Parts: sequence; structure tokens; C-alpha cells
Amino acid sequence: MTGQVTGHISSIGPPIGHNQREYGDQTIVQSETKSRVDQLISPTGHPVTVLRFEGDIASTSKEAVLGTYQALPKSDVKLILLDFTKVDYINSSGIALVIQLLIEAANADQKVYAFGLSAHFTKVFTMVGITKYAGIFPTQAEAMAAL
Amino acid sequence: MSESKSTTVEVRLPSRMGYEKVAMSTASAVAKLMGFPEDRIEDLKTAVAEACINAIEHGNRLNEKLSVGVVLSAGRDSLEVKVIDDGKGMKTQPSKPDIDRKMHGQEDPRGMGMFLIQALVDEAEWVAGLDGKSSYVRLVIRLDK
Repeated sequence: MTGQVTGHISSIGPPIGHNQREYGDQTIVQSETKSRVDQLISPTGHPVTVLRFEGDIASTSKEAVLGTYQALPKSDVKLILLDFTKVDYINSSGIALVIQLLIEAANADQKVYAFGLSAHFTKVFTMVGITKYAGIFPTQAEAMAAL
Repeated sequence: MSESKSTTVEVRLPSRMGYEKVAMSTASAVAKLMGFPEDRIEDLKTAVAEACINAIEHGNRLNEKLSVGVVLSAGRDSLEVKVIDDGKGMKTQPSKPDIDRKMHGQEDPRGMGMFLIQALVDEAEWVAGLDGKSSYVRLVIRLDK
């Protein structure tokens, strides 16, 4: 370890699985999105809230992405790190959820960063302009070192 | 497409969200057999997924009595994918999303599927069916890119 991640304070609650049905009575076959929140301290001493996602990020992921974000205390959380390490599939509806999160975070004066995206989804996030509003890093250690 | 003999693979999907991943897997397998590099296969998978999602959601309006056809034609140096639905087809060409407008609430955060399709493949065209049905999007990726 390089010591870039200097402290792990706590994990808030168990992993949350969401399987929101937005398409009437249809059985949706996208894999459930799980989310988890961790609190870290950056090497420079700033508290960082990490939202860790697992599974697909698609139209069914609204609660896992936006719901988890909206449950954070806005007054305490100023730096947010999105962990996509365990996400294999993100479609345009999932990208739209990330943009909605960025809009809400900008309105709350929070800064958002991300790590763990594959080379392909790093390209896709860059193409749609997300990188203009959220710094993207290859790994958690690199992200934490920059915060 | 190349004029040489092509190999065709067809898949029919239920108009149900999530089944686009079946088309993604099939397209990935065909592209691998053709020798496409991994980054192009990832581009193709996203483009095919978005085309199928549009077909399921907008073309067939999630009507499970209708299916989405996916026809993959592997030529010598390119792969063509047609995604066919029972909608009326696209009237306008996709526009590039504007992240600044989205961030300021002036543009819907959604609506990036068609842009991604066009940006990730070498050719993309939307064709409306003559009878107002059987519309399709045609995608092509080339091996020499």
C-alpha cells in the first residue's frame, strides 16, 4: 500500500439491492443493482463519501443510484466518489441517472469523482461529457490521492 | 458490406427490458469469431444494446406480443447488424447531447442512445418501414478501423 487511502471510517449499512419495476407488469431481466456507502478520509484529511455500485446500471437502477445518493446528509457530504469497479453494464438510461446525480450534487455544492470504469465506459463517459463535471480516475487510490 | 459471401445469424428478442443483453452477447460472439479487437467489440455491444432498447421501448412500446429482430451479417471485412421493430421509425436524425444544457436543466438527462450508436459504429442509419411498420436501424463496423 502507498498510504494514499489514509483511513476507513465506516460502512453505512449493509449492501442495498434494488429492483425497481418501471415498466408495468413486465418481468425485468436486468441484474439487480447493489449499492453501498463507505466513508473515507483523503490523504489531505478531507472526508470522502464513496458510493459503491455493483451489477447493471440501467433504467431499473434509479433507487440504487439516485436513492442512495439522496439519502446522504447534504450538509455533511461535500466530496463524493462513485465506485464502478463491479459494474459490467451501463446503458444510456444508467448514464442519465449518473447525470441526474451530478445535477443534484452541483446544486448542493458537492464535488463528484468516479473510479473503476472500464476503458470502454471511460470513453463513453467522455463522449457524453460527464468528465466535464466529474473527474474520473482509474483506481480508488489515485482518486483519493487527488482529493 | 463486402460483396463476398456473408454468414447470417438471427435472434428474436421479446419486447422486454433487459433482453438487449442477449443481442449484445450474440453480437460479441460473432465479432470475436470475425477477429475484431476487444475495444471494437465493446463499442459494438453498447451500440447493439442501445438499438435494442430503442426498439423494445419506443418501436414496440414494450408490447410483449411483438418481438425485436436482430440480424447479424458477417462479411469478409465488416459486420452489419439490423435491429428491426414494429414501430414507425425515426423521423429525425440523432443530435449530439449537450452536457452543459443537461446540467442546467435545459435538456433531458436521457436521450443519449442514438448518439452513442452513431458515435460507436462506422455506419448507422435509421430506416422507416414502408408500411409504417418493420422499421430498422442498420449498424456496420469494419475490421480495418
